[in-house]
Amino acid sequence: MILDSKIPAGPISEKWSKHKFNLKLVNPANKRKFEVIVVGSGLAGASAAASLAELGYKVKCYCFQDSPRRAHSIAAQGGINAAKNYPNDGDSVYRLFYDTIKGGDYRAREANVHRLAEVSVNIIDQCVAQGVPFAREYGGHLDNRSFGGAQVSRTFYSRGMTGQQLLLGAYSALSRQIGLGNVQMFTRTEMLDVVMVDGQARGIITRNLVTGAIEKHAAHAVCLATGGYGNVFYLSTNARGSNVTAAWRAHKKGALFANPCFTQIHPTCIPVSGDHQSKLTLMSESLRNDGRVWVPKAKGDSRRPEDIPEDERDYYLERIYPSFGNLVPRDVASRNAKQMCDDGRGVGASGLAVYLDFSDAIKRLGESVVKQKYGNLFDMYQQITGENPYKTPMRMYPAVHYTMGGLWVDYNLMTTVPGLYALGESNFSDHGANRLGASALMQGLADGYFVIPFTIGDYLASANLKPVKTDHPAFAEAENNVRDRINKLLSIKGKLTVKEIHQKLGKIMWDYCGMARSEEGLKHAKALIQELKSQFWNDVNVLGGGEELNQSLEHAGRLADFLELGELMVDDALHRNESCGGHFRTEYQTEENEAKRDDENFCYVAAWEYTGDNAPENLHKEPLVFENVKLSQRSYK
Amino acid sequence: MNLTLKVWRQKNNQEYGRLETYKIGDISPDMSFLEMLDVLNEDLTRKSIEPIAFDHDCREGVCGMCSLYINGRAHGPKFGTTTCQLHMRSFKDGDTIVIEPWRARAFPVLRDLVVDRGAFDRIMQKGGFVSVDTGSAPDANIIPIPKPVAEKAMDAAACIGCGACVAACKNASAMLFVSAKVSQLALLPQGQVERQTRVEKMVAQMDKEGFGNCSNTGACSAECPKEISVENIARMNREYFSARLTGTEI
Ligand SMILES: Cc1cc2nc3c(=O)[nH]c(=O)nc-3n(C[C@H](O)[C@H](O)[C@H](O)COP(=O)(O)OP(=O)(O)OC[C@H]3O[C@@H](n4cnc5c(N)ncnc54)[C@H](O)[C@@H]3O)c2cc1C
Ligand code: FES
Repeated sequence: MILDSKIPAGPISEKWSKHKFNLKLVNPANKRKFEVIVVGSGLAGASAAASLAELGYKVKCYCFQDSPRRAHSIAAQGGINAAKNYPNDGDSVYRLFYDTIKGGDYRAREANVHRLAEVSVNIIDQCVAQGVPFAREYGGHLDNRSFGGAQVSRTFYSRGMTGQQLLLGAYSALSRQIGLGNVQMFTRTEMLDVVMVDGQARGIITRNLVTGAIEKHAAHAVCLATGGYGNVFYLSTNARGSNVTAAWRAHKKGALFANPCFTQIHPTCIPVSGDHQSKLTLMSESLRNDGRVWVPKAKGDSRRPEDIPEDERDYYLERIYPSFGNLVPRDVASRNAKQMCDDGRGVGASGLAVYLDFSDAIKRLGESVVKQKYGNLFDMYQQITGENPYKTPMRMYPAVHYTMGGLWVDYNLMTTVPGLYALGESNFSDHGANRLGASALMQGLADGYFVIPFTIGDYLASANLKPVKTDHPAFAEAENNVRDRINKLLSIKGKLTVKEIHQKLGKIMWDYCGMARSEEGLKHAKALIQELKSQFWNDVNVLGGGEELNQSLEHAGRLADFLELGELMVDDALHRNESCGGHFRTEYQTEENEAKRDDENFCYVAAWEYTGDNAPENLHKEPLVFENVKLSQRSYK
Repeated sequence: MNLTLKVWRQKNNQEYGRLETYKIGDISPDMSFLEMLDVLNEDLTRKSIEPIAFDHDCREGVCGMCSLYINGRAHGPKFGTTTCQLHMRSFKDGDTIVIEPWRARAFPVLRDLVVDRGAFDRIMQKGGFVSVDTGSAPDANIIPIPKPVAEKAMDAAACIGCGACVAACKNASAMLFVSAKVSQLALLPQGQVERQTRVEKMVAQMDKEGFGNCSNTGACSAECPKEISVENIARMNREYFSARLTGTEI
């Protein structure tokens, strides 16, 4: 298989406009003859479903929550980037492009990232027109703040609830189209397989999560916008239901999975408090605008933070990275926090935390200004820890947050399966080996509002699509496979609970495929995962039946896929003999403990092909070509 | 701590439900309420009793998926908090806790503690939006919006659509939920064009879904995890009457 990224020729700033012109169009009258399935109602899914319906396509949209408004995007806090340059501080499309490529440690495609930066400005316009209440200055214009990896202020926000407001905007556009009858919405519905007819994606199989009914849905094209797979680590900042099932099912039907080991560990999360912990709570990166990160200079200093004098504190990010200070990118901040803790200078009962201190900001700005900017985050922190961050510094530790890897897509967002697209966090496309803050929201909405509406038309207009209904034998076959798997899960009736196996998987992934990885550890992890997988299939206990609302069954199905994905992540991490961005192999570091890339041998996208159960996956390489940005050792000093 | 839980169990929408009693021990005050239920579910599964179904997703108070009527209060004893953010330090050793689903005609129980809140989506589909197609928006800074207005709109927009207002109201009214969206869009310049038809259509759908009337007790706002103000209800009433007076047909 040759991976064709379909990147258009020509200067970077003209590629997207030229490409749009060259794409075939579907005439307005014909659009309503085409049906498109959109799985997912997060920023990517809701914006795609609404925009496609506005164009006249017949859309079916699916989510597993009880309402499209509850997709995981709702939880994003800090903000969304756009190259508006409203503050006049030197931002531009090119700078956003450059920062994103560099932030991703030179493992993303130039053309995709440039397009992202170009359409970023339209996103803000669209959202404001929908009534999204972004923060404003006293003059009534939009306010901006800074995020990690950038020296300009280009992040738009709505208090600490930017994802909520953007999603409610997209949800309102989607609701309008549902009300008009242009989108048929299926809530509490989980996609369990893709249906292929003549080598093209022509539908999906779903389970109604209330009745358990297995249902067949046909269409001319299928878009997955099903989010990221951070929950393979069990504990993450993702919503509890976030999963890889849709993407993994697609992978097994022929869609290559790219860079699965590229995961992002976010530096500022509330530390784990015990075994009962079910999720980790992020404290937005925006806090690093005003909060200062420090640990005691002396090892094992157990004094209260207030009692440690200024000159016995190490503001290590400001010390090591004077030009970016507390606003270094996430991978750098996380790795440094880990190093401080490994060095015995961590704080709190477990020693696995660093301080994020607002006392200077409160002195400088006053408590009420700090409250206005971050009030809901401070409340959340107090709710969870019982400590008041206006009085004592927050304790923070890194946690799994985002997955840069995902389904391989070409410039049109099509996977290696014709007619199957992947949008938002479920694809691999724009963030390389490390995502900059506030750029996932941007990417989700770029894909859904401004890319897929153009690119899908080209496919529909040119791919000779025969009429296919759900009575086609391919649907029956896929449906049977889904049923067999559910029956298998229900029939094992072993001794282990789904949750306990998931927790074990999470621990393996965190210990060996988390913030630091080594050949030895990864090999060990692979053996452990294989053993756990066989325990799962022989000894898991899923109570209840298939034809009812059964949350253990849902969780078991998702875990089964995570177990397989986990192994692929380990293989990917093992094969990539370099460090880049969030992928840190202890064998490959500079003298200053920074990630050491190997551009000669690893400047490519690793795209994995499924070859059968328990068979090793085939590796395909898409070389990354840099025509505009010069590859260099990233420096934030 | 050790607790006695009385939990609503109901197999599905057709069958009758009842409260079942479970004892649970070794609960840490640092656990969230839902983590306590996770522990109980693990326990039940090991005893081959089907675990309790309850809705949840983000577990950080923003998706609006979690619900639960705890000791007669929507989202439990703390103000301004969702169930997922409620911690066991709000309870004490030896407590008995009664856990029920939202109760409202418009929110039928699907299983145990899970209810169907589809009515909220259907109200939004009638008018909870600004009709602007993708691609047709002007520059975002073309219309300045005074900061206090933007802040007020944001206060209303913070609604998470959990349904606590309906559950807390003795009439099961959805006025707070609907008024939050009506207010947000009535305050902003972008919402002006459809201001009148929006409120009429949304109210009509609210009535059709079988939500009760508002008798101004304010329980909705008192129990709202996002502390959405009753001021919004007053604003919606004004919007509604002025729409009726000027009489656009819908
Ligand atoms: C706590 C937190 C804070 C964040 N803050 C920021 C921020 O400030 N700025 C930023 O840019 N990014 C942020 N991010 C990242 C960003 O929120 C996500 O990457 C982004 O929202 C993902 O959007 P999405 O549309 O791709 O997927 P999601 O929002 O995850 O949506 C997935 C959708 O797919 C559906 N789905 C999944 N599987 C199935 C299935 N099998 N069948 C049917 N439906 C399915 C779900 O129901 C859901 O509707 C944050 C992330 C977290 C966890
Ligand atoms: S689980 Fe999301 S608000 Fe409680």
